[in-house]
Amino acid sequence: MLLTIRSLSKTFPGTRALDAVDLDLRAGEVHALLGENGAGKSTLIKCLTGAYRRDAGTVTLDGARIDPASTREAQILGIGTVYQEVNLLANLTVAQNLMFGREPRRWGLIDSRAMRAEARALLAPYGLQIDVDRDLGSYSVAIRQIIAIARAVALSGKVLILDEPTASLDAAEVRMVFDVVRGLRARGLGIVFVSHFLDQVFDLCDRVTVLRNGRKVVTAHIAGLDRMQLIEHMLGRALEAGIHHDARADTSPQRPGLLRFDGIGRRGVLEPFDLAIGQGEVVGLAGLLGSGRTETAELMFGIRPSQSGRASDAAGPLDLSSPRAAIAAGFGFAPEDRKTEGIVGELSLRENIVLGLQARRGWARPLPRAEQNRLADDYIARLDIRTSGRDKPIGELSGGNQQKAVLARWLAMNPRFLILDEPTRGIDVGAHAEILRLIDKLTRSGMSVLLISSEIDELVAASDRVIVLRDRRHVAALEGPRVTGDEIMRAIALDGAAA
Amino acid sequence: MSLIGRLAPQLIALVALVALVTAVFPGFLDISLSDGRLVGPVIDVLKRGAPVALLAVGMTLVIATRGIDLSVGATMAICGAVAAHAIASGWGLAAALALALGAGGLAGLWNGVLVAVVGIQPFVATLILMTMGRGIAQLITEGRILTFTDPGFAFFGSGNLLGLPVPAWLWLATGATVALLMRRSALGLLVEAIGVNRRASALAGVNATVLLIAVYVAAGVCAALAGIVVTADIRGADANNAGLWLELDAILAVVIGGNSLLGGRFSIAASLIGALIIQTIDTGILLAGYPSEYNLVIKAGLVLVILVLQSPRISARYRLWRDSRRLGREVRAAGGGRP
Repeated sequence: MLLTIRSLSKTFPGTRALDAVDLDLRAGEVHALLGENGAGKSTLIKCLTGAYRRDAGTVTLDGARIDPASTREAQILGIGTVYQEVNLLANLTVAQNLMFGREPRRWGLIDSRAMRAEARALLAPYGLQIDVDRDLGSYSVAIRQIIAIARAVALSGKVLILDEPTASLDAAEVRMVFDVVRGLRARGLGIVFVSHFLDQVFDLCDRVTVLRNGRKVVTAHIAGLDRMQLIEHMLGRALEAGIHHDARADTSPQRPGLLRFDGIGRRGVLEPFDLAIGQGEVVGLAGLLGSGRTETAELMFGIRPSQSGRASDAAGPLDLSSPRAAIAAGFGFAPEDRKTEGIVGELSLRENIVLGLQARRGWARPLPRAEQNRLADDYIARLDIRTSGRDKPIGELSGGNQQKAVLARWLAMNPRFLILDEPTRGIDVGAHAEILRLIDKLTRSGMSVLLISSEIDELVAASDRVIVLRDRRHVAALEGPRVTGDEIMRAIALDGAAA
Repeated sequence: MSLIGRLAPQLIALVALVALVTAVFPGFLDISLSDGRLVGPVIDVLKRGAPVALLAVGMTLVIATRGIDLSVGATMAICGAVAAHAIASGWGLAAALALALGAGGLAGLWNGVLVAVVGIQPFVATLILMTMGRGIAQLITEGRILTFTDPGFAFFGSGNLLGLPVPAWLWLATGATVALLMRRSALGLLVEAIGVNRRASALAGVNATVLLIAVYVAAGVCAALAGIVVTADIRGADANNAGLWLELDAILAVVIGGNSLLGGRFSIAASLIGALIIQTIDTGILLAGYPSEYNLVIKAGLVLVILVLQSPRISARYRLWRDSRRLGREVRAAGGGRP
């Protein structure tokens, strides 16, 4: 065994990112590491590459215990990493990049002739005959990716970690990179492959380890798995255990229509789709990471304006060309990434809650402080936001309370259509249930909700209808009695079957 | 935090500095009335500090949005040249003022569009006008120092109103107006929001693009006022020297005012005190009679001391020391009360 990980644990304040994870990597295998957001993939990789120190557990490389304190140390020990965004210097030449930090020297100066020769020799096994004197930036992403791999292998040479290396490549380029990876496998390297493209995993990998919520779910040979089983492992629910949705099963609700999206789409982002949303309806969006769920929300909210089709309500077409336009149309959007897109960290809880309302009123009509206080206190009570006061900087609150504050910002504006992207991600169980109850209450009062979630049970519990996405396409719509975990999983896994 | 609490470090620095200058030059605080005008070193500080104080008002807003405006010194030169040209051409006082303010607004619009629409980093975007501005000013003055004799315009540089120099009134009024506008309307909140997190603010519906352009326009108009003051003071437009390096003093004033270059919370009053601190140093060094070659070194040294004392690390230490002393006193008091 090349690399053996036993009971590796890592805790961050408030979350146990990795909980006693085991993993074996053989020499000469490509081992896929899979899991949804927050499963612990990147934490595990960072513990291996020395970016994080583990709290507990052992890592054995070639029979020796290792505990790298820096990425540099991990590289010297033999663990090299290549990331999705190539971490090389585009304005240096290929040779300079390949030899960076270990340039051949002559009388103390860099021997550029020897450097070029070594660089060419390094690239030869990869079948890459390129001008090593040209700037790295002048080559395509795939070539750069291969150069990054060549550098990592030359530096480290035992274990190669590929962290979503194909995310920005097209099909031909993916083949090119995969040929290189297969060549390295034949040379006896142990390769860890992180990706959320299942096709590529089946195409390239020998074995797979699935993580979920910081724990290892399974390690298995790819040959003995089908897509359905793999997705079950990733999403953490077996077909039999599906909680059936009986509340709305027999009543096929006839709701007054609120919004229609016809042929909304954007090249390279999301294929055009049609969607009608009724008043008081909760439409769930299901799909794996990268399937186009968030992109659907971004198109609807004007963050990436649609290039085709149109949106309309009963009164006529709607302008959704920017978030401000969407807000004017009565939309709200609580994004997935609270820290960078939701909260304004340095400002107080009160200011964060009134920000949207104030922006809509315009700068010349400030909300009186008494009104701001009333609104803030009202939502702090209604959503049970735990804080020592309304004027506490929001950045100092916990994740769940920040999420509630972002929700409060939108509720204060009373939108008719609210888009919630992973509203329960990273918040504790109690707050989780509260937010689901809140969604239910809001829709009873007539608000329509688009709920994006990777938790299938959450979608089943909250949605009237579930749209399933795969590969940046809306592939299925499940309604009424068909809104069950099983149906959703099938639609995610199977091509066309449930459409 | 109360206003006085927010301004305490700057006020303490100013008082300490005034004490220091008075120790070296005992007449510093002397004020007398002559000809219906107050005169004295302190009045001189209020007057001479006007250009930097005016620039600091606009710079505070720009820095609150996480930006910076390096072009305000050059904008001063442009606006001074425009005003002098208008006066020299006999277009009248009102036209001269309007054209100068308009030129400042236009310069700010240029910066704002580069930053907010084109998406160039503020440092680089405003560097363009910083480089180009003096050239434009020279084109307007045709390379000469454009002088004029218009008592009406000169009033803005050397005039007197209710005992105080007009430039002092100008920065006091500008600072008060802008500060009130920011805090009585929602502008202050919105500017701070885009400074802390532009993306989140835009997603919440804040019109970040227009606001960003507006703060650069405000900085340009403030620079125009500063340009009018220096041009009126010397009764001539000097394209090469008007406002030279003043953008750096303005940034320094904002920083001494405790405003973070990373944007967010801002205080215009604190920046104005920062500008006064800088001018007190300048005037104090002159009055103390050191050879002029020492001026910049002494100034840099004093600024360094003020910034170090204000740094979060030092102030945290101070609070720790103060609290532990208080605790010590309480413990001693409790112990002494026992039989």
